Amino acid sequence: MFRFTVRRLLNMIFVLWAVSVLTFLIFMVMPGGGDEQAALRIAGRNANEAQVQTVKREWGLDDPFYAQYADMMKKVFTGELISYVNQVNVREEIVRGIPRTASLVIGAGIIWLFFGVVFGVLSAIYAGRFTDRALNVLALIGISLPVFWVGLVLLYYLTDRIALFPPGGYTELGDDPVDWAYHLILPWFALSILFIGFYSRVLRSNVLDISNEDYVRTARAKGLSERRILIRHTLRNALIPIVTLFGLDFGAALGGGAILTESIFGLQGVGQYASDSIGRLDLPPIMGVVLYGAFFIVLLNAIVDILYAYLDPRIRLQ
Amino acid sequence: MSVTEPAATPGKAKDEPLLRVEELEVSFATEDGLVQAVDGVSFELKPGEVLAIVGESGSGKSVTAMTLMGLTRSPNARFGGGAHYQGTELIGASEEELRRVRGAEIAMVFQDPMTSLNPVHRIGDQIMEQIQEHEALPDQQARERTIELLERVGIPRARDRIDNYPFEFSGGMRQRVMIALALSCDPSILIADEPTTALDVTIQAQILHRIRELREETGAAVILVTHDLGVVADIADRIAVMYAGRIIEEGSLDQIFYDPQHPYTWGLLGSITRVDRARPERLPAIKGLPPSLANRPQGCHFRPRCPHEFSKCIEVPPLEARVKDQPDHRDRCWLSVDEKRERREVRPGEIGLPTKDEPEEAPAA
Repeated sequence: MFRFTVRRLLNMIFVLWAVSVLTFLIFMVMPGGGDEQAALRIAGRNANEAQVQTVKREWGLDDPFYAQYADMMKKVFTGELISYVNQVNVREEIVRGIPRTASLVIGAGIIWLFFGVVFGVLSAIYAGRFTDRALNVLALIGISLPVFWVGLVLLYYLTDRIALFPPGGYTELGDDPVDWAYHLILPWFALSILFIGFYSRVLRSNVLDISNEDYVRTARAKGLSERRILIRHTLRNALIPIVTLFGLDFGAALGGGAILTESIFGLQGVGQYASDSIGRLDLPPIMGVVLYGAFFIVLLNAIVDILYAYLDPRIRLQ
Repeated sequence: MSVTEPAATPGKAKDEPLLRVEELEVSFATEDGLVQAVDGVSFELKPGEVLAIVGESGSGKSVTAMTLMGLTRSPNARFGGGAHYQGTELIGASEEELRRVRGAEIAMVFQDPMTSLNPVHRIGDQIMEQIQEHEALPDQQARERTIELLERVGIPRARDRIDNYPFEFSGGMRQRVMIALALSCDPSILIADEPTTALDVTIQAQILHRIRELREETGAAVILVTHDLGVVADIADRIAVMYAGRIIEEGSLDQIFYDPQHPYTWGLLGSITRVDRARPERLPAIKGLPPSLANRPQGCHFRPRCPHEFSKCIEVPPLEARVKDQPDHRDRCWLSVDEKRERREVRPGEIGLPTKDEPEEAPAA
């Protein structure tokens, strides 16, 4: 376990470093990117040549690119990273976005995991029958609907036509828990729908595969009830791959991957911040958000590996 | 119930059958049509008896065994006939009734020990699960009994190994775990479906030896499903030979080995290797292939492969006693007993299957 932890930590540091280098290099070479453009953006639309030169000098934008990279990394660690466009501190913006993103993603994660598992199991139990077919159609619809379309349709019908829900925005959980949930119901639903469809299909086929395993037949020969066979023998094995899926999807969404949902419902979370910054080609926030996101993905990956070793004794951490 | 005490059948005479299978039929609807896997199988099992069901792959022997425990039930399976076990009709039983029988009264050891145990649970938990399903026993007692069972099937350091996972055991050890599992509730019938097929030869012998010993200790009747006549000779009391879904001959070990009546049985016996005889160039094999169960020949199923086929064989021969004074030796062949004895060239334990066009050479002495 100790060796595993050390190895994973080293691995994590390497991945984050590689991600930061790639992000930086891509920005430097892409059209509209690079230090010249950055200086122009900082100086503003009406700046003259002298002002741009001053900005370049003050922000270190005429240094060699590796020096610029080192400077940026220093700022990442000291929390001094500042946006080119509006000179706002990046860390403060991300910290402001985290509870919003976390509220959305944790809530949606619980919903999609719960319904994904329930529908998947029902589909497998009633395989080939009406319930299975109906759930199959629903799952395919869920997988096929783009999040932005679902979000817009929900907003249009349930906030505009019928004022059932607030048209986006966010209330702190600590201020008013009911209003918090009220604001999040539609985003939760919009974000979950794809995952529910996807997870239920994956679980259905896993459960059907495992049902044919010899050890399930052994369990039946032992005289166990169908319920116990399903839970203790079939599901216990069929859920293992779902853990991987969930870890990765959850990590990506928590790391700012729920860009569309956050933007449509104006949640002002990390994802929306990422999307706004990318739109403005604003390197410091992009760097901040990318590293933040990568951190969660790598972290969840490590957690999944640990969970795996716990769920499947044949796998040992080393 | 203590595990060392022989399972008694209360209120019944010793020779009263424990299990009576009557005209059992199992068919499956498949894409290729109706597959008749088991076709009118009848047999009886007495307490403490070892009955071997022998046949090739696809002869219906495993389906017969699994059907007794209701393990072949599926939406596309059809059943006929009956199997009476001590007042319970197994074929039509509800799942609830079957659950009380499974594991507790009739237990099963499967062919592949590598895949028959759940990889994510400790072996002790898997055995205790069965004990506690059938008996209200506190954890500690169930655990003690499990350790005792593991010791009895020959697992060293059972007290430590009880908390191991299946992947920490070899194939032979896993099969011992399966046997311990099967014996954990003192069943009166143990069904072993090719219990040694997946194991290497030395382990096979150990496992068979164990099964025989345990049978003597517990008094459980055993149904041994196998394609291996060598295995049968070791432990069986009675043998039922199956071919294409039917029992074609049934009798005691000696009757089958020394006075086989059905040409298919002759063929099976002729294909055993013997270490005490000169090795033939090639092992004799029965010509042709077993019929597809979806499209079986009319009359005797062995007819297309049988060198002794004649006009009568187009009718299905009933399974009945044909040898004089041996009411428990039954077969399905129209030939007269004298004809059979003449054609099969009896030498004790060494019986070939001469074919029509190439008569068998005299075996090397």
